[in-house]
This record gives sequence, C-alpha cells and structure tokens, in this order.
Amino acid sequence: MNTPAELRYAASHEWARQDQDGTVTVGITDFAQDQLGDVVFVELPPVGRSVNAGDQVAVVESVKTASDIYAPVSGVIAAVNQALEGRPEAINTSPYDEGWLFRLTPTDGGEIEGLLDAAGYAASTEE
Amino acid sequence: MKRTPLYQKHVELGARMVDFAGYEMPLHYQDGINHEHLTVRAGAGLFDVSHMAEIRVIGPAATAFLSYATLNEPGRLKVGRGHYNMLPNETGGLIDDLYVYREGEHDYLVVANAGNREAVFDHLKALAADYDCHVVDESDNFALIALQGPSSPLLLGRLLPEDVTELRRNGTMTAELTGVPVTVSRTGYTGEDGFELFCRPTDAEAVWNLLMGAGAVPCGLGARDTLRLEAGFPLYGHELTQTSNPLCTPFAWVVKDKPFHGRERLWGASCGRRLVGLRMTERGIPRQGYKVTDQAGEPVGEITSGTLSPLTRDCIAFAWVDPELSEEGSGLAVEVRGRPIAAVVVKPPFYQA
Repeated sequence: MNTPAELRYAASHEWARQDQDGTVTVGITDFAQDQLGDVVFVELPPVGRSVNAGDQVAVVESVKTASDIYAPVSGVIAAVNQALEGRPEAINTSPYDEGWLFRLTPTDGGEIEGLLDAAGYAASTEE
Repeated sequence: MKRTPLYQKHVELGARMVDFAGYEMPLHYQDGINHEHLTVRAGAGLFDVSHMAEIRVIGPAATAFLSYATLNEPGRLKVGRGHYNMLPNETGGLIDDLYVYREGEHDYLVVANAGNREAVFDHLKALAADYDCHVVDESDNFALIALQGPSSPLLLGRLLPEDVTELRRNGTMTAELTGVPVTVSRTGYTGEDGFELFCRPTDAEAVWNLLMGAGAVPCGLGARDTLRLEAGFPLYGHELTQTSNPLCTPFAWVVKDKPFHGRERLWGASCGRRLVGLRMTERGIPRQGYKVTDQAGEPVGEITSGTLSPLTRDCIAFAWVDPELSEEGSGLAVEVRGRPIAAVVVKPPFYQA
C-alpha cells in the first residue's frame, strides 16, 4: 500500500496536504480506494460550505458500496475536483494526485499537525 | 470459514477473499470486478463455484419424489439434461432455487446454493421418507468450476477430444480433460454461453490450471453477481426467500401445474407485491433494502438487488413493488441516501447475449 511520507492522514482513510497558499487538499488513501473497488460516482460538497473536522462532507461510491468521506480539519470548501464527474476512476488510479476530492481553507492552520503521520496511518490499517 | 479445493489458487492469484455462506471465496482478483464482468461478456471467465451443494436423489421413485418436492417437472428431463428449478416450503415461499440434472432414469443430481446446503438436504430427506428413493449429500465429493463467455466453446473444445459444441444448452456429458474425468454441463448463471465442470476435489487445481492456461480469466463473486443481475437471474436471499411466491415474479414459468409440496399456499395466493426490474433514469445506485416510492414519495416497495452494470453503465435493480405500479414503463423513485432518484419499471433481462 502506498502511504506517502509527506502527507497527513485521518484514521477514516482521508489524506491531507497543506499547500504553499495555506489551503488543505483532501483525498482518500490508496488503502481506501483498494478496499472500495472501482469508483463509479462521487458526491462533492458545494464550494463555500463551512465544515468542522469530522463532518461528513463527501461520498465516494463504488459498485460494491458507498463510503462517507469526512473533513480531516475544519474550514471552508475552496474548490472541488470537477474532473471526477467524468472520470471517477481517477480515485483508483491516482488517489493522491489526480484523484483529489476537495480543497479547503482551514480555520486553524495548525490543525493539520494533529493528524496521523504516514507511519501512524500505516499502523492503523494493519489492525 | 470453510475453503474450497481452490483456496490456495485464489490466494496465489492475489484475490481479495471474503466470507460467502461460510466459505472463504474470491470477491475479485487484481484487475477488479468491472474487468472480470467485461471479460465474461466478451471472452471467457473462470469461476470457482465448488462451495455449492450437490445432493443425489436416486431410486425407483426418484422422479415421482422430485416432481412432488420441486416446482419444475424433472420427469420431463431426458437423461443427460438439466433444468432450473425451485424448492417450495409449505407456507407459499421457497427454501432454495436449484439446478436439477437427470443422470439416469432414476438418478438425479440436485445442485443447491452453498448457504442452503443443510436446509435443502434435511428437507429433501424428510420429504423422501414416503418414497422409495435415497437422498445423499455428495457435496464433499465434488468441485465445480464454471467457464463462461462467448469464447468458452472454442476454449474448451481445444482441451477435450469430445465435441463440446454439439452439447446443447442444459445438456451434460462425461469427458476427460487430459486424463482428468469431468462431467461437463452446458449451463451457467451469467447470461452467456458457457460450461460448468464437475470434478473430484483432488482434480480441481488441475482443471483450473488447464482452463486458465487455455486463456480463461479468473473471476470472483463480485462479477458473478453483476453478471447474473444484468442477465435477469434471481439470487436466493434477494429475489427469492422463504416468503417470496415465485408466481409474483418474472420467474413464474418455473412453476408447473401439478401436485407439489406446499401448493395449497402457493398456487392461488394473491400477490401483495410483484417483483419487477428497475432501471434508474437519474444518477444513483440502487441497493438491497433501499425503499422504492411512487412519484409522490409514498413507499411502494423495496429493492432486492441493485448495481451499476459494468457493461451498459445503467443502474439496474430488482424490486418488489405494489401491483398497480408494476407495469412496464411505470415511473418510480428509489431512496438513495435520503434522496429520491428516478427509476422506471423494465422487463428483465437488462442485457441479452
């Protein structure tokens, strides 16, 4: 399973990356996309929506099941990955890059530090 | 969890294993459900169905007994032929759906779902007490491998000296696959041409390897489900249950007008709901248990199976719905995560080879 060292993770299988401009980009991990199988639909939140860490903000649906996606940090949705509408399978083939789900402007720039690091997340998936 | 003789093979091939009816079975292999589904529709896929139950009914009264115990008419089968059948309970519902093969004048092999092995065996044994025949659970004597898809006859033909293309749909024959004795039936549950091969458990790996070597692609339970649903076939535990009357479904053709166990409760019963096919007309995947509503939002039914078809990309389902809304073309809605998604009643199958 691919778990990039430079990212942060939530136990609920979201990854978070803080970019230069301070925004936080969020997607689901390689482990999560593998568990789900072929993704067919994605429901993304509206831009401008205010979310708290732990809120359910998106749904990723595969042939097998639908999975709720939670905001790893609090903030305001700044952008969503429109390309997933026509190519939901990007989440399977490129979960950390083309398969990003949404980007938010965090309320507290330091909150991301409270998430799991790569080693912590990898350990959590070993059960 | 129990394992079939092919468990090691699935693990070696990198399958995602899951618990199905108490057996550790492959859900899919490394290329995923969609890939496997499309391979069966275009080429040839290979399925381990060794978990299924095989029950022999043999003796001078075997035909009379099975005619009474099941809904279809086994007496009409010539030796060397099989048919789809159902096992009724005494309360107007079903214990299982089955395939019945006539292997001799008084010798039948009944193939049942893995999850119903004990229920089917116990029921047949008890019911056969009044008949001069024996009911024997032979499940442990068999492995079963299904080869499905339009390339199946060509692929199997290259491996057998016997001419498989001559075998008619639902026909069976014995053969030798490079020395391995197998019984081949031209049956399957995917809606494609194909074969099911019965062999000894100790020969299962050899048969699997031969078929894979000839080009068949391993496929798991996930694709098995999307294929059968697309082809309009029911799955016990979904469309067929202890309380579902087959006369209220598109599978009513199985029920023959003859005496059978439980007929009084099943034959004349009115249908509180009817089982129909649904196709979503807005984006959303229907799943078992989801509520079906009319266009005013009133609950009128429930989904029994649903999926997104890897082939047609339609979202399709079976559902029980109120009789007034069961006509082809009726507009309904399915509640998906709290929102009504539009659907229309269609006559299955959702796909035809």
